[in-house]
Amino acid sequence: MKAAVNRPLSPHLQVYRPQLTSVLSIGHRATGIILCFGAVALSAWLISLALGEQMFNGYTGLLNTLIGKVFMLGWLFSFFYHLCNGVRHLCWDAGYGYEITQVYQSGWMVVLVAFGMTIGALISAG
Amino acid sequence: MAEFSLNQGSKVHKGKRHNNGDLMGKPQWFEIYRWDPDDDSNPRLDQYAVDTATCGPMVLDALLKIKDEIDSTLTFRRSCREGICGSCAMNINGVNTLACTQSIQALKAPVRIYPLPHMQVIKDLVPDLSHFFAQHAALEPWLKTSGPVPDLERPQTPAQRQALDGLYECILCACCSTSCPSYWWNSDQYLGPANLLQAYRWIADSRDDATESRLDQLDDTFALYRCHTIMNCTSACPKGLNPGQAIGKIKSMIAKGER
Repeated sequence: MKAAVNRPLSPHLQVYRPQLTSVLSIGHRATGIILCFGAVALSAWLISLALGEQMFNGYTGLLNTLIGKVFMLGWLFSFFYHLCNGVRHLCWDAGYGYEITQVYQSGWMVVLVAFGMTIGALISAG
Repeated sequence: MAEFSLNQGSKVHKGKRHNNGDLMGKPQWFEIYRWDPDDDSNPRLDQYAVDTATCGPMVLDALLKIKDEIDSTLTFRRSCREGICGSCAMNINGVNTLACTQSIQALKAPVRIYPLPHMQVIKDLVPDLSHFFAQHAALEPWLKTSGPVPDLERPQTPAQRQALDGLYECILCACCSTSCPSYWWNSDQYLGPANLLQAYRWIADSRDDATESRLDQLDDTFALYRCHTIMNCTSACPKGLNPGQAIGKIKSMIAKGER
């Protein structure tokens, strides 16, 4: 038999069919990272406010471009998704909702509620 | 650091097309991962046509038929053919399960079969499970008792016995552990769902007196807490068990100081 170092590694990420379970989990991480960038953008907005009218108008103008708006929409959804899925994780940590049917129900619920809250926030913000 | 792509030597190339499906009544195509340690070439995906009219209903039946009639070099583990030994665990159409309990009819064609994910391949569908079993052995998976040996058996109430349901049925097929992204990236230290369920099987046993040392052993950033409740494990388990919940119970016992 050849040395073990020559053995190939079997395919993993490349072949495993995306499961609701793993997709929502990686989504939790991704939205967490987006929230970090959002926090920086929010801080920059407050700093621009402190730096005077010109900086504030400039920065606000930047946020009002299409790219700025897409980023803010993504941030908003990330906030609600991370919040809802965080509650889901708290329920697990408290010992509830481990049956696979419950995992799927709560998973879809998190997605729906996060979308609903995002739309609700957009409507209430005009 | 997690490696998301396969290294050059592990990349799967296009393979051979065996047999002529046109000559059969009901051809079903299978695409199967092949790698031979005696070749210097990359793994490849070979295609085989199986006549389902003359084949048993499960994926294992098709694999045996291919080995018997088309290509005797196809290598895989199998033993009981009834879902109790855990030998024929593999990745079928993207999900880990036992080939012997997976019906062909329920699958979309072509049926793609890979070895269990993110494992060193010994040959074809046979992964190296020695690290997985070494992790299990390190849990000291036997009844540990203090005090004198009783004259008769160690009695349990029906409720105490029931606490082991959903745990003792685990056959260590490794479907759950190799479905877990955390185990893919951290299996050097993370025990993975199967072994943590096994660990909980002894913690939950009313006759076992080593709960404290067992929990001490698990209370580690990597061994236990690389579990992020992804729940691919429970989704994959071909025995319908719930490793995710067992891990949650271990975490909860440690958090509440129940030692």
